[in-house]
Amino acid sequence: MNLWLWILIACVVAYLTKLAGYLVPAKVMENPQMTRVAGTLTIGLLASLTAVNTFSTGQVLVVDARLAALVAAGVALWLRAPFLVVVLAGAAAAAVARLLGAA
Amino acid sequence: MEFSKSPAVRVGLSIAVATGLYGVSFGALSVASGLDLWQTMALSLLLFSGGSQFAFIGVVGGGGSGVAAMSASGLLGIRNAVYGMQMNAMVRPRGWKRFAAAQVTIDESTATATGQSEPLEQRRGFWVAGLGIYVLWNLFTLVGALVGNAIGDPAQWGLDGAAVAAFLGLLWPRLKAREPAAIAVVCAMVTLLAVPFAPAGVPILVAAAVAGVVGWFSHGPAREGLEPDVDPYSSEGK
Repeated sequence: MNLWLWILIACVVAYLTKLAGYLVPAKVMENPQMTRVAGTLTIGLLASLTAVNTFSTGQVLVVDARLAALVAAGVALWLRAPFLVVVLAGAAAAAVARLLGAA
Repeated sequence: MEFSKSPAVRVGLSIAVATGLYGVSFGALSVASGLDLWQTMALSLLLFSGGSQFAFIGVVGGGGSGVAAMSASGLLGIRNAVYGMQMNAMVRPRGWKRFAAAQVTIDESTATATGQSEPLEQRRGFWVAGLGIYVLWNLFTLVGALVGNAIGDPAQWGLDGAAVAAFLGLLWPRLKAREPAAIAVVCAMVTLLAVPFAPAGVPILVAAAVAGVVGWFSHGPAREGLEPDVDPYSSEGK
């Protein structure tokens, strides 16, 4: 139930954020500094999420089969593969690494 | 120009298919992260912003609290406010349409609209991409959640590796210059340094704070990092 509450709050926050752009007077949002922070936040959060999902289990840092997924995804992106192929490459690499004995 | 021959409609439809399809990966990863089918569908129907949805389930899957998941998702959605402002000026929705336009304001619908030069084509691109992705993203989220429920142990299928790949895939198009790449490396390092010392989910917020400070005080191009998850024009013949 607790998770439901945060899901619904996240949904409301997301909608109000989008709506803010349509309702707030243009001058407030036209501030290039605001645009820039939105951009660097996006980069920082996605990099952080990538790192956490690759190297952490709870509060412990680990190197396991997920590193193979990161490398495989990087190669697929380098080769300009579409998003879905990148995700499948990551899953396949992690599954194969585990079959070969990685944790 | 006729609706069916409009280039914006063609781009909008092709990006709707490309983006909608990866709703499969969101649905499967969401149930693997511990959300149920309805919670997964609530995120796609109501929150509807790919990066924020992946962030929410990424924090929950890593053992983070609901409030940390909501915070990461909310911060990642801030760019949508910038898009909303642009689309308000470009699409000019009136009355109830403004509230519908807000919901379908995401990376891809904004990119499709801004890629067109005529006002009519900009409006068509925005609505066709936005509504098309909304329908397909939800349809394929459902497919992914049902498949994810059916396949059993997610680790055996490498679904945790799929999550890693998904985040790298969302980050990649935003790293076209040296500075965004440097920000990404610094934020990843900060996160890993914080992991042993902070509860799950919090290291992500620490990295967000660092990124926000960098954005506030540095002087690179204003639109840095605001790239669509899927390039609207990559599948278009020249």
